[in-house]
Amino acid sequence: MTSSGQFSSSSARRLFAAELESQLNAILFASPSHRSAAGIAAELEALPRSQQEKLLAWAATAAQTDAEIGHLMVTLAPLAFARFDAAGFDAWALAGLDAYDHDGAEAAKVLLGDLESFGTRFDGGKSFVRFADIEPRLSRFLQGLSGRPLSLGISSKTGAWTDSETIFLPPQLEGFADTAAGKEKYQVLAVMLWAQTFFGTFGSANIDLAAALQPWTETPEQQRAVDWLAALEAVRLEARISLDLPGLGRRIAAVRGQWPTSLENWVQRLERPAATLADSLAALTECMSGNLAAPQLPHAVLLDPAAALKIRAARMERDQVVLKRAINALKGSSGRSGQRDPNMVPLAAVGAEAAPGALDESAILPPEAQAAALSLQQDLGELPPEFQVPAGTGAWRPTRQDATGECSTSSNEPDRRYDEWDYRRKAYRRGWCHLFEADVPAGAAGYVEDVRQRYAALIRQLRRRFELLRGEDRLLGRQPEGDEIDVDAMVDALADRRSGAEPSTRVFRRRIRNQRSLAAMFMVDMSGSTKGWVNDAEREALVMLCESLESLGDAYAIYGFSGWTRTRCDIYRVKRFDERYDQDVCARIAGIEAKDYTRMGVAIRHLTQLLLHQPARHRLLVTLSDGRPDDYGDEYRGHYGVEDTRRALQEAREQGVRSYCITIDRHGADYLGHMYGAARYTVLDDVKKLPLKITDIYRRLAS
Amino acid sequence: MKDSIHTLAPQLQRIDSEPYYQSIADEVTLFEAAAARCLPVLLKGPTGCGKTRFVEHMAWRLKRPLVTVACHDDLTTADLVGRYLIVGNETVWVDGPLTAAVRAGAICYLDELVEARKDTIVVIHPLADARRVLAVDKRGEMVAAPASFMLVVSYNPGYQSVLKEIKPSTRQRFVALDFDYPEAAVEAGIVAREGGVDTEMAKRLVKLGELTRNLKGAGLDEGASTRLLIHAAQLIAAGIAPAAACTAAVARALCDDADMTDTLDDLVRAVF
Repeated sequence: MTSSGQFSSSSARRLFAAELESQLNAILFASPSHRSAAGIAAELEALPRSQQEKLLAWAATAAQTDAEIGHLMVTLAPLAFARFDAAGFDAWALAGLDAYDHDGAEAAKVLLGDLESFGTRFDGGKSFVRFADIEPRLSRFLQGLSGRPLSLGISSKTGAWTDSETIFLPPQLEGFADTAAGKEKYQVLAVMLWAQTFFGTFGSANIDLAAALQPWTETPEQQRAVDWLAALEAVRLEARISLDLPGLGRRIAAVRGQWPTSLENWVQRLERPAATLADSLAALTECMSGNLAAPQLPHAVLLDPAAALKIRAARMERDQVVLKRAINALKGSSGRSGQRDPNMVPLAAVGAEAAPGALDESAILPPEAQAAALSLQQDLGELPPEFQVPAGTGAWRPTRQDATGECSTSSNEPDRRYDEWDYRRKAYRRGWCHLFEADVPAGAAGYVEDVRQRYAALIRQLRRRFELLRGEDRLLGRQPEGDEIDVDAMVDALADRRSGAEPSTRVFRRRIRNQRSLAAMFMVDMSGSTKGWVNDAEREALVMLCESLESLGDAYAIYGFSGWTRTRCDIYRVKRFDERYDQDVCARIAGIEAKDYTRMGVAIRHLTQLLLHQPARHRLLVTLSDGRPDDYGDEYRGHYGVEDTRRALQEAREQGVRSYCITIDRHGADYLGHMYGAARYTVLDDVKKLPLKITDIYRRLAS
Repeated sequence: MKDSIHTLAPQLQRIDSEPYYQSIADEVTLFEAAAARCLPVLLKGPTGCGKTRFVEHMAWRLKRPLVTVACHDDLTTADLVGRYLIVGNETVWVDGPLTAAVRAGAICYLDELVEARKDTIVVIHPLADARRVLAVDKRGEMVAAPASFMLVVSYNPGYQSVLKEIKPSTRQRFVALDFDYPEAAVEAGIVAREGGVDTEMAKRLVKLGELTRNLKGAGLDEGASTRLLIHAAQLIAAGIAPAAACTAAVARALCDDADMTDTLDDLVRAVF
């Protein structure tokens, strides 16, 4: 990459076309190409230096992602600078890159190309709010409201809508006095959609929405009917929300403003607390008999009954299976027969802990089934008896388990996705890295035994040393407080008293226990560069480590990492925390081999998550590495990778994980201090020392 | 010697006026039956749902003294059973709270038993089965429990730490009563009474509690307990604006994480 330092000369002189051309050629056409930036450079010559530099910086950032996008940005830059101020230009460029990350190159090109529509949205200083800005907070808010996970997504339609499982919101909202107002609008839209799913807009056990809309289905009136229903429901839902959540109700009303006159007739009827979808549908029939167009509300959300009903049916089927199995298991365990009261059981009382009435009052459903029951209750308003008949035996959520069982063997769908830090954007790339977890295939059977024999004397010594560290009870004498009397101290005190000296009050013995509460995660570099000596040293080091840690008794795990681009970041299990140091683990240590590249950030993020599940007071992440972060393609190598890794380590630290790096890269000191912190790494000058050193280092870290 | 035991023994709590407790299901009758049959009782439930209040109420109902011990991870056997102290030239034995409760035939309530050290928990074993004796090793004494002695322990199964689990050999000695936050209407009644607010305000507080409980596992370890809601109510009764009271007593009390606090603020604003 072209260093950004090149652009930041303090000279105010404009760059000449030739200078611009050579820089742009370096940024955009890193590989030999028949194209040249000569034409564009001439156009850019007229821009002030600050704009030229801003553009070069963004072009370099964009070209790291996709050279085409960088090229497009440069081409459009003169127009963009004419249209926007500096902040606007930044927003435009960032929005383009976000679109690329999210929807691919085409979407980015469309967004960047349509300067005018971005301009009207951004419009000078007027604030706009992006979906990404509000998503995490809004998602937690909705989880709080509904108690069932509703995911948030970006709407590809022209408005916000929901399929009853995901709430789709516009990628951005604009035209507000300040960002707070924009966030408020997002929240109101999301709440209206949540209310659609929560307060039965898509039907209930005794109202069939599809049937109710039948008269207008497949007619030219269809859209008008759906729009009217959306507006009428907005009235009903707002009243319903205000009932439970008056604060929220007030804010919706503030965004909404006055009801349009065409709705006023219905407001009173639909605002009654008892109003249901049936009332809205009755009103709809009357509205449709006229020929008025549906009113436009400021907080209007779209209604897509077909999509929602489909998803809802699938979800209800799944929840039903879960619930039935839970009930089945309970019945099995309590030895009851399947005979039951056929009446519909209102689920209002089901809440979070009581079982449906057909069961013993004291029966408690497992959490999955409670969630399913709650979810069904929200869909139907009650739990029909047929859902409470036990189904066959098996796991709680058979559909999901089958699905993941399949997935773990195929490598199409990643096990996890992780964000990655892009230091140039100063923002995360969401879900950028696709992580796959797999076992290391077993290696040569006798390998570990072989190493043990070769290092037998050293291992004996290490074990003794580590045993000394073990947390053991100690009896402290001469304490001011304690469980028992320290007879020696007591005798001394009495003697002192007899002789007229002041006796000590420290006459007790106290037992203290040094409980070690430490979980250590070893993250082993399995990149291609470790082939040969390094790999051998790593494996031997792991054997030493396991032998020592076994005698120490700390919880520890070993994982290898490698990968090939962001879409295939591999984590290899060598030893899990809950696994014993047994034959299988030994075979996997033997099977560690050099693979591909080292994308470190994602590996650190994943292993930190695993480490956080350990119930230890102290958590330690030790990396064994042979060089700087690197990945296929030139993006991760260099500054980007170092910054992402640094960020990942920072996140780990914030979550209470201490990290340490052992490397054999002699140049390690150049970047490790920046990534890990000054005293958080060791550079070994000879790889052969790794097996001998690693236990020493661990001892220093953990005692 | 005998005298010093009494002078140094821990005070037994005698409960003269009825502590307010709203019965949720059949826990009062179950507890009374267990007391009549000398069975030890285990109370399970999240923090602040009324376990301690229930025990106080039952002690009042059964007219027995109550000894409460809050367990912590440094609680030793001697802290429970007793130890020798030195007075002048002599060693003097002092009963620990458990021994005192056994001798007095009181209810001994060990709050958050899992927090205690594993080796400490074992001393209650012979008390919690048919033997009903407490071994005081240091005195070579076996203290037999009178019929009115009752052992009650509590723990919060919500903690997900594997270190905080009761061993089967311990838990299988107890009659277990499940506690949870009461259903909305009942909880509103409790909040209104204890917090000194009207029913309408209590309902809103309970609604807020419900919303925060939805976030359990999604960023919060625990939702707002009934106790927290009562605190908020008491602040409101003292003249603080409802939203401010809830922010202080609920949102800020639940977590330190800035993002989560924002969400809780959103929920508070939604309800008020």
